[in-house]
Amino acid sequence: MLRAYYATPLPAPETPIAEAPMVAMDMETTGLDPDQHAIVSIGLVPFTLDRIRLAERRHWVVHPPRALEDLSVTFHHITHSDIENAPDLGEILPELLATMAGRVPVVHYHRIERRFLNAAVVARLGEDLFFPLIDTMVLEAKRHRLSWRARLRQRLGHDPLSIRLGDSRERYHLPAYQAHSALVDAIATAELLQAQIRHRLGPETPLGELWC
Amino acid sequence: MDPELFEIRQHMGRFPPFDRISDELLDEVAGSIEVAYFRAGTAILEDGQAIGHLCYVRSGAVEVYRRTGALYDRLGEGDIFGHYSLMRGNRVRFPAVAIEDTLIYFIPEEVFQKLCEGEDHFADFVELGRPRLQAAVEDQRKNNDMMITRVRKLIARPPLIVEMTDSIQDAARRMNAQDAEAALIVDAAGDNPRYTYADSEGRLWQVRGIITDYDFRARVVAAGLAPETALSELVRERLVAIQSDESVYEAMLCMLRNNVHHLPVVHRRRPIGIVTLADIIRYETRSSLYLVDNIFSQKSAAGLAELLPDVRAAFTRMVRDGADSQMVGSALSTIGRSFTRRLLELAEEELGPPPVPYCFMALGSMARNEQTLVTDQDNALVLSDDFNPKQHDEYFYLLGKRVSDGLAACGYSYCKGGVMATNARWRQPLDKWKRYFTSWIEQPTPERLLHANIFFDLDTCHGDNRLVEALQDLVAEKAPQHERFLAAMARNALNRTPPLGFFRDFVMEQDGKHNNSINIKRRGTAPLTDLIRVHALACGSRAQNSFRRLDEIDRTQLLGPGVSDRLRYALEFLSITRIRHQVFDIEHDREPDNNVIPENVSDSDRRNLKEAFQVLSNAQKFLRFRYPLPARAS
Repeated sequence: MLRAYYATPLPAPETPIAEAPMVAMDMETTGLDPDQHAIVSIGLVPFTLDRIRLAERRHWVVHPPRALEDLSVTFHHITHSDIENAPDLGEILPELLATMAGRVPVVHYHRIERRFLNAAVVARLGEDLFFPLIDTMVLEAKRHRLSWRARLRQRLGHDPLSIRLGDSRERYHLPAYQAHSALVDAIATAELLQAQIRHRLGPETPLGELWC
Repeated sequence: MDPELFEIRQHMGRFPPFDRISDELLDEVAGSIEVAYFRAGTAILEDGQAIGHLCYVRSGAVEVYRRTGALYDRLGEGDIFGHYSLMRGNRVRFPAVAIEDTLIYFIPEEVFQKLCEGEDHFADFVELGRPRLQAAVEDQRKNNDMMITRVRKLIARPPLIVEMTDSIQDAARRMNAQDAEAALIVDAAGDNPRYTYADSEGRLWQVRGIITDYDFRARVVAAGLAPETALSELVRERLVAIQSDESVYEAMLCMLRNNVHHLPVVHRRRPIGIVTLADIIRYETRSSLYLVDNIFSQKSAAGLAELLPDVRAAFTRMVRDGADSQMVGSALSTIGRSFTRRLLELAEEELGPPPVPYCFMALGSMARNEQTLVTDQDNALVLSDDFNPKQHDEYFYLLGKRVSDGLAACGYSYCKGGVMATNARWRQPLDKWKRYFTSWIEQPTPERLLHANIFFDLDTCHGDNRLVEALQDLVAEKAPQHERFLAAMARNALNRTPPLGFFRDFVMEQDGKHNNSINIKRRGTAPLTDLIRVHALACGSRAQNSFRRLDEIDRTQLLGPGVSDRLRYALEFLSITRIRHQVFDIEHDREPDNNVIPENVSDSDRRNLKEAFQVLSNAQKFLRFRYPLPARAS
């Protein structure tokens, strides 16, 4: 299964972002620690700098391997009975990997997606899943936390600007979304990346400068 | 439906034409969308580029241009564009640029086609079906239920409720306190489900009867009942009531049939009010027919002035009942003419019979039968050629003054341009009037004709109608033969141009500037009637009403195919918008005017207005081309 994933190579690091196929991804998890918590839903939407294709969207609710009693968290749009009837992540993994194959994953705050997805793959296939990804939060941080202008602001005692998804989107005049779910947030992340590239980085930016 | 796309679906479902499409299709649209972000200042569609999608503005703002580079439209959240190019060869004809950071939803052509085929109103909206204005005007006519006013419209307040066990004295006290002529008698609900309802605390009640002022005379005092008698003694076997969605007419028949003057109105089983015979009579008397009758029975100018609230009531009622602009315009002009005639009759009673025959001439909107509530008086006196100023002018001056002052008191403000019979210039024998018209037509300049427009809508209001008909004949005969006159009239008809449309809470001008409100008369109906008048003069029409003029223009080859229909729909839509705005003002206790504020205009009306402005703008371009100013022969 992983062989099939790796068989479709990702674009080379020098590929301009305008030519790169990408896939925006978001997950809802029962907590922040991949060793203790689990994924309950995954949303994916393939896109390019020009278009986010909702027709190709994927969204799954999955049953966490651990007992449901742990599920103290409530999720938008997902009821506990949805989760109870949902498949194990192992069952959707082939489709998930097929959607990801050859596309650069784009997320907002990569520590969740990369670590949870890897932990899930290790648990089911016994191997690590390696992939580079673009993190729209890191791109925001570079501008609003790490730039000389941002450091000056902080030295002058201003609070650093929020780089959460909704606040970042607002800076690019993207609309506020009411419903938060893995798929809506994946779409929101794709829109944010389009805005970041259009505003600051430019369509010629090589992939290698963006992913981490 | 993927509930995850709810966010997108909900957004589109708020805006026309998506607000009326079926849920299944809306799901399909949301699921097929492609999204793209455009930074402010970047092109979305470029001239000549291939296009395979309908564009929907999710957020931001977009400007659409003509190929000439002129601004065609400015669009905001929920607007669509690209359909025109999509339907005509899939090449962009109107380039589009994001003027703010903008998020666009692209709807694939196959889905667009499906929407056009599956939903008539969608096809109308993008003008694949009927032209948009035609659809809007025809839909309005379809909903016109002039004949069925529901009885619930007459209910002013909830009914007074008393219980079976209350004494008749208690009931009388409460009726006094609430100034009610009647009260409903209720009882804890029994086994009869008729008129059973739950109150706000969930208790079940049943309406058992009604007690009225009349009952207190006929069945309490005359029968010698003690004040402490329980109401249950007065309850009759049978309760006559009517459902709230029955017509007023049906309610009236019901009262006559059952010989009652008070009728409980129920919505299903819950009582919502009591309608009295007096309510029905009052309602009927607000009709314009009754009003005209009332005008002619007034004995003084002061009495006429007191009818002003009735005029407003008749006006709002007609509009609420779904009358179109021609019905309203004709009714209000009839009312205006009736006021004028009655004032003339009263003046003649006071001043004596006229020394020579005269005709009191209606000008402007009254002559066109297109009056609304906000209107000046424009009138003049055409006198018999036997008129001798030294002997007779005093009489006609006073006659004109009585009418003019009387009309002002009735809400028809004095004409700012002085076009009134009180003005000696406009109080002349027929021969002098003929010379006026001849000189306007034969020696025209746009400047001379600037204020003469109004004289080319002329009709008899009262008196010897042959005098005014002679002038109508003269105009109809001479006007078509004088190119320079038509050109000068056309120039003046182009002085006032329509705006481009609305954008958010502003009126967008053609040069991209903003205004806060629009004078719908000055920028819409007036330039359109001006334009129709020029064509009507060119084809020798004697009609005064703009719609009748269009009918006569149709008999010539003057306008291209379909043009007069577009003008008709545009005029109807602009006029009814103006009329509805005045009703809105009255309902909000404001003095009615012509200034429409964009915030008060619904999304679909905005689009229709824009369309109407476009029709006017194109017609003005044609007018300029059709009536060129001929080179002056030296």
